[in-house]
Amino acid sequence: MAARRISSLFSRSLPRIGQKSYLGRGIYQYSTAAALEDPIKPPVNVEYNKLLINGQFVDAASGKTFPTLDPRTGEIITHVAEGEAEDINRAVAAARKAFDEGPWPKMTAYERTKIILRFADLVEKHNDEIAALETWDNGKLYEQSAEIEVPMFVRLFRYYAGWADKIHGLTIPADGPQHVQTLHEPIGVAGQIIPWNFPLLMFAWKVGPALASGNTVVLKTAEQTPLSALHVAKLFHEAGLPPGVLNIVSGFGPTAGAALCSHMDVDKLAFTGSTETGKVILELSAKSNLKPVTLELGGKSPFIVCEDADVDQAVELAHYALFFNQGQCCCAGSRTFVHEKVYDEFLEKAKARALKRTVGDPFRPGMEQGPQIDAEQFEKILKYIRSGTDSGATLETGGDRVGAKGYYIQPTVFSDVKDDMLIAKDEIFGPVQTVLKFKDLDEVIRRANASRYGLAAGVFTHNLDTANTLMRALRVGTVWINCFDTFDATIPFGGYKMSGQGREKGEYSLKNYLQVKAVVTQLKNPAWL
Amino acid sequence: MAARRISSLLSRSLPLISSDGKKSYFGRRIYRYSTAAALEDPIKPPVTVEYDKLLINGRFVDAASGKTFKTLDPRTGEVIAHVAEGDAEDINRAVAAAREAFDVGPWPKMTAYERSKIMFRFADLVEKHNDEIAALESWDNGKPYEQSANIEIPKVVRIFRYYAGWADKIHGLTIPADGPHHVQTLHEPIGVAGQIVPWNFPLLLFAWKVGPALACGNTIVLKTAEQTPLSALLVSKLFHEAGLPPGVLNVVSGFGPTVGAALCSHMNVDKVAFTGSTETGKVIVELAAKSNLKPVTLELGGKSPFIVCEDADVDKAVELAHSALFFNQGQCCCAGSRTYVHEKVYDEFVEKAKARAMKRTVGDPFKSGTEQGPQIDAVQFKKILRYIRSGTESGANLEAGGDKLGTKGYYIQPTVFSNVKDDMLIAKEEIFGPVQSILKFKDLDEVIRRANNTQYGLAAGVFTQNLDTANTLMRALRAGTVWINCYDVFDAAIPFGGYKMSGNGREKGEYGLKNYLQVKAIVTTLKNPAWL
Repeated sequence: MAARRISSLFSRSLPRIGQKSYLGRGIYQYSTAAALEDPIKPPVNVEYNKLLINGQFVDAASGKTFPTLDPRTGEIITHVAEGEAEDINRAVAAARKAFDEGPWPKMTAYERTKIILRFADLVEKHNDEIAALETWDNGKLYEQSAEIEVPMFVRLFRYYAGWADKIHGLTIPADGPQHVQTLHEPIGVAGQIIPWNFPLLMFAWKVGPALASGNTVVLKTAEQTPLSALHVAKLFHEAGLPPGVLNIVSGFGPTAGAALCSHMDVDKLAFTGSTETGKVILELSAKSNLKPVTLELGGKSPFIVCEDADVDQAVELAHYALFFNQGQCCCAGSRTFVHEKVYDEFLEKAKARALKRTVGDPFRPGMEQGPQIDAEQFEKILKYIRSGTDSGATLETGGDRVGAKGYYIQPTVFSDVKDDMLIAKDEIFGPVQTVLKFKDLDEVIRRANASRYGLAAGVFTHNLDTANTLMRALRVGTVWINCFDTFDATIPFGGYKMSGQGREKGEYSLKNYLQVKAVVTQLKNPAWL
Repeated sequence: MAARRISSLLSRSLPLISSDGKKSYFGRRIYRYSTAAALEDPIKPPVTVEYDKLLINGRFVDAASGKTFKTLDPRTGEVIAHVAEGDAEDINRAVAAAREAFDVGPWPKMTAYERSKIMFRFADLVEKHNDEIAALESWDNGKPYEQSANIEIPKVVRIFRYYAGWADKIHGLTIPADGPHHVQTLHEPIGVAGQIVPWNFPLLLFAWKVGPALACGNTIVLKTAEQTPLSALLVSKLFHEAGLPPGVLNVVSGFGPTVGAALCSHMNVDKVAFTGSTETGKVIVELAAKSNLKPVTLELGGKSPFIVCEDADVDKAVELAHSALFFNQGQCCCAGSRTYVHEKVYDEFVEKAKARAMKRTVGDPFKSGTEQGPQIDAVQFKKILRYIRSGTESGANLEAGGDKLGTKGYYIQPTVFSNVKDDMLIAKEEIFGPVQSILKFKDLDEVIRRANNTQYGLAAGVFTQNLDTANTLMRALRAGTVWINCYDVFDAAIPFGGYKMSGNGREKGEYGLKNYLQVKAIVTTLKNPAWL
């Protein structure tokens, strides 16, 4: 859905761009005027900035707060209660009680369904307000938040609401006079840690299946983007969610995050974020109570443009696969492999497309790209850009910041990229496209798979044999063929190799939050076996 | 099946015991065990050791270091054979062979039907060599030969036939989309699987691990336990005779800190599955986290409750609770090691449980009618005796047993404690030996709370004919398996695994396949779809 709706959104916005001027060396000026204007005042107020524990907004035990910043300016939006180990303890105790004593897992699945559906209705009603808060805190385009992400959030909760009363175990044939069945039971208290790049969508991916399966949750948001989760969680309680079922602790990884991962009363962890942090989380689980861990980590996903490609369409899709969300996607198509027959044409057009990309205030209609999330990411991306130039790749366009305020970066395209360059190996998580040339299918399969990551891949071809070959040979969790970033609620998402463990979304995700119990009963005189 | 066949085996063996009939009253109602067999000279096993090297890339080879280690006969502590001792370098060789057999083929590039045929042929070969394999298993492990030959090896065959049948039934999904897309999932083999099996059921655990991994198209590096390296080498030889290509299944004998750690840390291993202790399980997850984040399946320790309700037929409950604990010398991760008995039937139960333990025949596992052989080794033997002393010191009543048997090997008397309290070590920790702890309870809510009050959650037994009681306990017990009026039923089709610190994931059954499969979503854009 994302792909379709976003590309139609983008094509709507294309006519408004287009003040190119020739600067020699084939470098065109970006349509970045918007980035230099004063920021537009977001049409929303911050109402919730405390911790949500046991259905109540409360201060941190320490009384501490931290500032959350506007990526357009680096200025403070608000101060938010800063949770630490003691707050995690309180939140886990509330979640434990709501699980062990109820009411959540002791309700009927249908009752849980109805609460989740009412919540989806409320979010839909407050769509624009929630979208504005998300954009303010994250810097992503308001049109993207309001027309794609918040509606998809609603879609995900309706999807999982529908699963609550369809969690079936099996009855199983036995080798003797026994009756065998399996129960798929809620696992207990789930600790969930979500990132800043899609704060609400990741909330939905994690909270949706956990609650539908009858678990209770302690959620830690990213310190860059604590606001939207608090807002929707308030709506969830208005929809009838009992206290203690969903607790939200804003704060930092080494304090709140580590306490959650190490907690002996947490039965499950789910994390989306970097591979390095994922490794630490797994270690904390191992050192505490061996809680099972779902990980959705980094990527360096290939986007493969085959020789039969319609170059204009391929350029547009490859551009979108990388630049969507300021390039801040774990599954970004960040290695653009282009067949040598179409390479030169592709490169010229990819450069032209990047130059046309509108960068500016995310609240301004028609923008394609807002600021990066924060100073740290901003500096890291600029460092990777320097590394690309230093290592001999050709900087076709971009390469620097936009404006003097906030964290805007020029849409950047490198050609002549080699597999062993840092920009072709590391996750940049920014608007930097690296274009690589290939000759034949076996070669591109080998090169595409020569990565520690295995999150996703894009394939652009109309040749059925090519599509079928690549579909099986690529060691990744998602292969998009002639599309990218299609994120329907029903489609499982997750990584091979060091891109993660487990699958989120779809039927597959339910098992992250279910224990399987085999029940075997002795039979007397069975009518059949 | 195990419970059924074992109890029929045990009931067959009961007459043999009472024919000894040498019960005598020792005061304090302690009867003598039927242990004559343990004191005789060991029976010579009807098998010779043919394979004692590492199996890498389809060939038996020496360890790179040339080192060997001894595998001992638990009946005597004497050396059975010297076995090649793998080390990190051998793991490297084995992983390289498995990698090649996976990446280049032929294993995952064969049709599923071809893989299933090789596995069926292997099962036939094991069936043909049943008694020889069983003898080797009993020799190396000390378990009764009748158990190996009548239950375990047939069950290995059963499990491989079960998983051979899955090979061509691994289905992905086609999935409805919200727009003009065709969505499907492929369930792909994950790659090179590292598998570490324990010593208590060497071949059964081989089957639980190797069966689903090969059916799904993966290749394997298997590390056996250093106590029991022999049977896996023998059956792996048969697997290659059945047509398994070189490199698909590699077996490296050796120790945890060397071979095991190298396997878990290896950057070219895509998956690890481990059965063993909770402490080792934690180390394995850390090694996976510190290397390449390979997913880990864990099947770990337990302290499983066996709950005898007030309506129980006490004679039947005693027999089932006895077998739930004492089966395999008490060396079961799912042993029913906390026997909770309702206060209304408690006294009668304790009396009869004691009598049953005292009738248990302990002796040479190769002697027909023996119910209990020696413990696996000196380490376990001493640990169990230490737990028995701890039980006595903490105030539990020693009703029967409590000491070793004979002066040779690792035999221990079937031991029963009554008056056990939840906070005693013997009620909290995994003893992994023939020590039954009996605890009294008053009502259902209380026993649910106490049964769940443990770091473990592997299994539970329930003995009742009351449907409400059975239904209540079935849901309330936080354990991966609940056996109701049966125990240790281990059909290939039934998933097995732990809640809490008893593990991650499920083995056996359809669930066991997903440990060895990656899910890949494929999304294709549709032009003018006829339907969505």
